[in-house]
Amino acid sequence: MTARGPFGRSVGLLAVIPAVFLAVFFLWPVAAIVWRGLAPEGSLDLAATFDIATTGRWWKVAWFTTWQALVSTAVTLIVGIAIARIFAKYEFVGRRWLRAGFTVPFVLPTVVVGTAFIALLGSNSPIGLDLRDTVVAVIVAHVFFNVAIVVRTVGDSWARLDPRAEHASRTLGAGPWTTWREITLPRLLPSILAAGSIVFLFSFTSFGVVLLLGGPARTTLEVETYIQTTAFLRLDVAAVLAMIQMTIVVLTLVFQRRMRSRLETGEQLRREQSIRRPIPQGTAGVGVVFSVAVTLAFMLAPLLMLVHESLRSGGRYTLANYRGLNDGTSVMFVTPLEAIWNSVRFGVAATALAVVVGGLAAAAIAYTSGRAGRALDLTLMLPLGTSAATLGFGILITLDEPPLDLRTSVWLVPIAHALVGIPFVIRLLVPSIRAVDDRLRTAARVLGASPWKTWLSVDVPLVAKAVLAAAGFAFAVSLGEFGATAFIARPEHPTLPTAIVRYLSRPGAANFGQAMAMSTILMGVTVCAVLVIERFRIGDTGDF
Amino acid sequence: MTSEPTSGLSLVDIAVQYGDVVAVSGFDLSVSLGEVVALLGPSGCGKSSVLSAITGIVTPSAGTVVWNGIDVTNVATHLRGIGMMFQDNALFPHKNVAGNIEFGLRMQKMAPEARSSRIGEMLELVGLPGYGERGVDELSGGQQQRVALARALAPEPGLLLLDEPLGSLDRDLRDRLADDLRTIFTSTGTTVLFVTHDRDEAGRVADRTVVMAAPS
Repeated sequence: MTARGPFGRSVGLLAVIPAVFLAVFFLWPVAAIVWRGLAPEGSLDLAATFDIATTGRWWKVAWFTTWQALVSTAVTLIVGIAIARIFAKYEFVGRRWLRAGFTVPFVLPTVVVGTAFIALLGSNSPIGLDLRDTVVAVIVAHVFFNVAIVVRTVGDSWARLDPRAEHASRTLGAGPWTTWREITLPRLLPSILAAGSIVFLFSFTSFGVVLLLGGPARTTLEVETYIQTTAFLRLDVAAVLAMIQMTIVVLTLVFQRRMRSRLETGEQLRREQSIRRPIPQGTAGVGVVFSVAVTLAFMLAPLLMLVHESLRSGGRYTLANYRGLNDGTSVMFVTPLEAIWNSVRFGVAATALAVVVGGLAAAAIAYTSGRAGRALDLTLMLPLGTSAATLGFGILITLDEPPLDLRTSVWLVPIAHALVGIPFVIRLLVPSIRAVDDRLRTAARVLGASPWKTWLSVDVPLVAKAVLAAAGFAFAVSLGEFGATAFIARPEHPTLPTAIVRYLSRPGAANFGQAMAMSTILMGVTVCAVLVIERFRIGDTGDF
Repeated sequence: MTSEPTSGLSLVDIAVQYGDVVAVSGFDLSVSLGEVVALLGPSGCGKSSVLSAITGIVTPSAGTVVWNGIDVTNVATHLRGIGMMFQDNALFPHKNVAGNIEFGLRMQKMAPEARSSRIGEMLELVGLPGYGERGVDELSGGQQQRVALARALAPEPGLLLLDEPLGSLDRDLRDRLADDLRTIFTSTGTTVLFVTHDRDEAGRVADRTVVMAAPS
């Protein structure tokens, strides 16, 4: 193990807090729920587990989950790479804003997007496409959600590739298409792989979208786990499904790591330079503008539909849905306005937790190149791939008794949100911590600074912007989290997404309109968080 | 305005602009077949932009590029048959030495056997025999430069452009490689235009030196 960074070999200490946090709030609850499923009578009954695991129906669910995720990933990659190319190659008015805009769907709550797509592609579709309850609708929504990951990850490394390799290829007689296939694509593969495996994970564990758009006949492992847990109380089945899902998630992460080291070209990425050209005149330019317009329409349509619906009540345009947010109703114990306030408070607390815990973990990972760092990195990615129902229910059954009784604690929700936010914080921070020139630290040490002083005076100022961006992301993730919150949020403290789902599940135009109004507000807050991220990103680094 | 030769390279009143920044304006140059010309000037005077206009990596905002009597100003880069060795080499990081040299030959649809014998010849020519299977990141700066030269020469371009070919090397190595370049150009009879900011290097390699002034 090589140790670098300000802490030398005592870097392991940084990992203590993240490791404990993860063990108590993630590994223990998940292990407990799995154990309860496998050993309902208190002793392990593998025969019953085997019976469940060999039931054909669950393998059909697993197969559907996998292939829809693969197709979603392939389509997302194709669309995303096409857009990434435009952002990497061309300079145009509003490029940065447009790029920031692509991130909005990614952090929007799934229930909001699901509902927006029902409005857009349901039986009342304004474009005459009724795709509800089809796998096509699910895939379209997944592309909508995840295209930002590809645009950002691939686009960023594309903008930092040396364009002279392409020029060299052209002077050696290769046309544009051959140059792309032989020179550009191979050098982009590491970032395509990184983006592709994240998209696969999100499509594979997708919950809200499948639940709302897939129809009753199509369930994924995540949805089936949720149904088995909540509707049938079949914890044994849920545990087996959760284990199948986690196995595939871990395999995906391990595969990504293996492939990444094989694909690395050793090319030094340059600082992004102002090599972008203006959009060319003529046919090529028309093509670029047309692709931007089509994607923009695709990204905006569901969101505009949402705003539109929020402004409709009784067949006309009105602000009634918004005015109603301060009125108590029978739907919840509190008014929607209080739910918004809850979401913001939980979001702030979750962000603080995620940044502290994730930041320490990122430092530990960035300063080590050994097995321990990789293991920590991999384990901290797991909450992303774990069924939210499993996590939420696991937290409920483990943290409800001394020594740690958090059942009534307001910290339960922020802790769960922080778990989901931490992988993003790590992904954003590790590259910028690694980018800090070790000679600066040596210089500080030579000048008499202690390790802590070095860290405070060199590392912290240099990664401060990335920390702010990570905080913005953690906040947005917390605002949108639904699956785990649905389990653990107390009825008197609903968050915005759980309130939206509550209102959506009740009949009546007024409830629907208010759900749309809350969704629009949630979208507005999310957009602000994304703008903060964009404002503080330095030189487009980071994996998201 | 220079008299227009029917063979060789002729640039007439070339201007290159990036957005509002004028990099080159009103530049004329002609290079006869078989001639080795050095383009000398301070950094920032637009030398590299002239090379980019000749290869077609940028389209000049005014003027024409004529190669062997044909106006190629609007011809796509890969159809011009003009080779180039880039500043800092721009070797393909995902291909080994042989793969780099082979690329231009494959684009010419040369048969595999002919390709491998040509790669051998080129490695011999630049003094790196047996280096074909090395990764490009295992090479020293001088070796990378030699591979970049071999890659550019392999498809036998009618015209070879070099952008600061010895730019990042130390003095001793520069002098040695400058002499090597001279020998290689004479033996292959290639028409060469190379950019440098070093008067010595220009004198060692070129038949003729053209001085370029910074844009006013």
